[in-house]
Amino acid sequence: MRNHQAACAGILLLIALTNPSGAYQAFVSNEKGNTLTVIDTDKLEVVDTIKVGQRPRGIAVTKDGKYVVVAVGDDDTVQMIDTKTHEIVGTLPSGPDPELFIFDPTGRILYIANENDNTVTLVDVEKRAAIGDVQVGVEPEGMGMSPDGKIVVCTSETTNMAHFIDAGSHEILANVLVDSRPRFAEFKSDGSEVWVSSEVGGTISVIDPVKHEVTKKIVFDIPGLRREAIQPVGINLTKDGKLGFVSLGPANRIAVIDGTTHEVLKYLLVGQRVWHGAFTPDEKYLLVANGVSNDVSVIDVASLKVIKTLQVGTLPWGVAITPN
Amino acid sequence: MRIVVGLGFLLAWVSGSLAADVTQVKIGYLRSAEQKVAISLMDVPAENDGVEGAKLAIADNSTTGKFLNQTFALEEVKIRLNEDPAVTVSGFADHGIFLIIADLPAEALLKAADAGRARGMLFFNVGATDDRLREEDCRANVIHVAPTRAMLADGLAQYLVWKQWRKWFFVVGSHPDDRLWGDALKRAASRFGAKIVEERVFQDTGGARRTDSGIVQIQRQIPTFTQDAPSYDVLVAADESEVFAAYMPYRTWDPRPVAGSAGLVPTSWDPSHEQWGATQMQNRFVHLFSRRMSAKDFQAWSAARMIGEGATRTRSADPTRIREFLLSPEFALAAFKGQKLTLRDWNLQLRQPILLSDGRNIASVSPQEGFLHQFSELDTLGYDRPESKCRLQ
Repeated sequence: MRNHQAACAGILLLIALTNPSGAYQAFVSNEKGNTLTVIDTDKLEVVDTIKVGQRPRGIAVTKDGKYVVVAVGDDDTVQMIDTKTHEIVGTLPSGPDPELFIFDPTGRILYIANENDNTVTLVDVEKRAAIGDVQVGVEPEGMGMSPDGKIVVCTSETTNMAHFIDAGSHEILANVLVDSRPRFAEFKSDGSEVWVSSEVGGTISVIDPVKHEVTKKIVFDIPGLRREAIQPVGINLTKDGKLGFVSLGPANRIAVIDGTTHEVLKYLLVGQRVWHGAFTPDEKYLLVANGVSNDVSVIDVASLKVIKTLQVGTLPWGVAITPN
Repeated sequence: MRIVVGLGFLLAWVSGSLAADVTQVKIGYLRSAEQKVAISLMDVPAENDGVEGAKLAIADNSTTGKFLNQTFALEEVKIRLNEDPAVTVSGFADHGIFLIIADLPAEALLKAADAGRARGMLFFNVGATDDRLREEDCRANVIHVAPTRAMLADGLAQYLVWKQWRKWFFVVGSHPDDRLWGDALKRAASRFGAKIVEERVFQDTGGARRTDSGIVQIQRQIPTFTQDAPSYDVLVAADESEVFAAYMPYRTWDPRPVAGSAGLVPTSWDPSHEQWGATQMQNRFVHLFSRRMSAKDFQAWSAARMIGEGATRTRSADPTRIREFLLSPEFALAAFKGQKLTLRDWNLQLRQPILLSDGRNIASVSPQEGFLHQFSELDTLGYDRPESKCRLQ
């Protein structure tokens, strides 16, 4: 009986250590390090490093918070990691060289962009099985999902398009031309706009998802920086749609954009080659991965200030944060 | 002597069954039938060097085109250098092909471009690096995708100066092209603060590059040729004719690195380039053609992608409209080089970073940090607007 109690206490202690109650965990994919760095977002400290497959890039947490899924492109698969034990518990099928993906609102279906064969693969997460694919343009990358789950947007980097895909029929509804090398697509939470970043073109296209038209192009002008160095990639929009945060890659800055007027409000200096980021669920912090300086910048969303920099693994690429 | 290769597996633009609103973009590929010689077997170009780069771009363009009702097709023609390219050029026009990717030496390119001018044809130079084609001999209907000798030399010189290898032992070949390449390197040295401490000419005395016992002699010849040089940091070799430069590394009298035509070589592309998503393109190329992608392949890919971008954005196959778009601020080519490639509007040269390859990997990419420019740092490479002798007409 004593042994049993001790074992229980041990397990509880283990759980308490790996996931202190109330704290969110941020998982950072390190593209060259082949690891995930785990950050406690209350203490803003690195608490663990998890070895994963080769070239981890796209990363997300399942809706129930149980698993973090990461695309390991050079292993042509997607790995699932238990968010409590930090063990790799399985893999999901994908096409060759998966890079980015997105869950549907139910959390049951994962839409994966496969860079090497111009397709989007649909995966049933529970059954861990591929259930279909959609042919898109050359080098699909960014994946966006409408809040009602009806429309998936995929950007193709060499075709320079945002493909609007009907989530029910898997048919392409429209192809919207944007500027060169579109990298990422993000819906506003009310579904009224899709923002698409063009890395080489240096712009954000704001697209009307009903009319399939570019209604506004956001451009960036930073004194003292060459226009070629301004390369928008990651986009994070607050739930109320009032603020947009755009990672500007080698410009080493995050642009803060008014979600209504689309004016740039501020540039926040972060680490080198800032790529993708994620909010904590309470939207208190935005964590962004700085690829070349091997660190993560923590932005305080209320004050729009960078409050901390955390050293992570080699070439950090993306961030995902647990919902609970 | 003409060898016409129709690319049957590509979209059949001759088919009359296509819907009326389909835009057919036909591209000609005109190249010399002469094969380049090389010292190293590794450097002998593949039979379809360049053409297969264009084919990959045609596949990329066609994927985009299927969403926009545009089809892309390529027709390749090889000519001998003693032939007048004008005949082939009018043949292209007679078949409704007005967009031409040209891999020709300077003189043949000028003849082809001048012959195509009256027919409204637009040429994309992917082979000739001669600066004169962008300067005194520039043409309004020739867009230059290949970098110039001056751009390549400046890209190399910036790195050598950054590395503090400022004292150059300079060896130049005896052929006219070697001298042009040598002049570009000398210009780069004086622009960026390197010093040529000794200059020697390597005379080509003839002979084959393939021999069974050649290395025995070379092992003795190169050390003595490079003997008694004043103190230097790096040997810079100018040898476009592939006569001696590849024999220099590891054989110089003094233990020094080699750059220029061997050792550290400036180029538009290299099979080992993997930054900025280039791995994706390298993978696509190897998958399609079972060989690695060369600089010529990349240049032809870029040319066909420029045509694709022009056709996609203007919804047209008209050379005038495509040229207009490529010269507009809206044009930006994403070519896996870390920044957009654009056209110099004063001489129609494509701005591009220059890769420095050590033969196995990319050592660096120029322009180097700190070489500044008031408009574009890419314009620190090659002749800039104020020095240009080009008057487009």
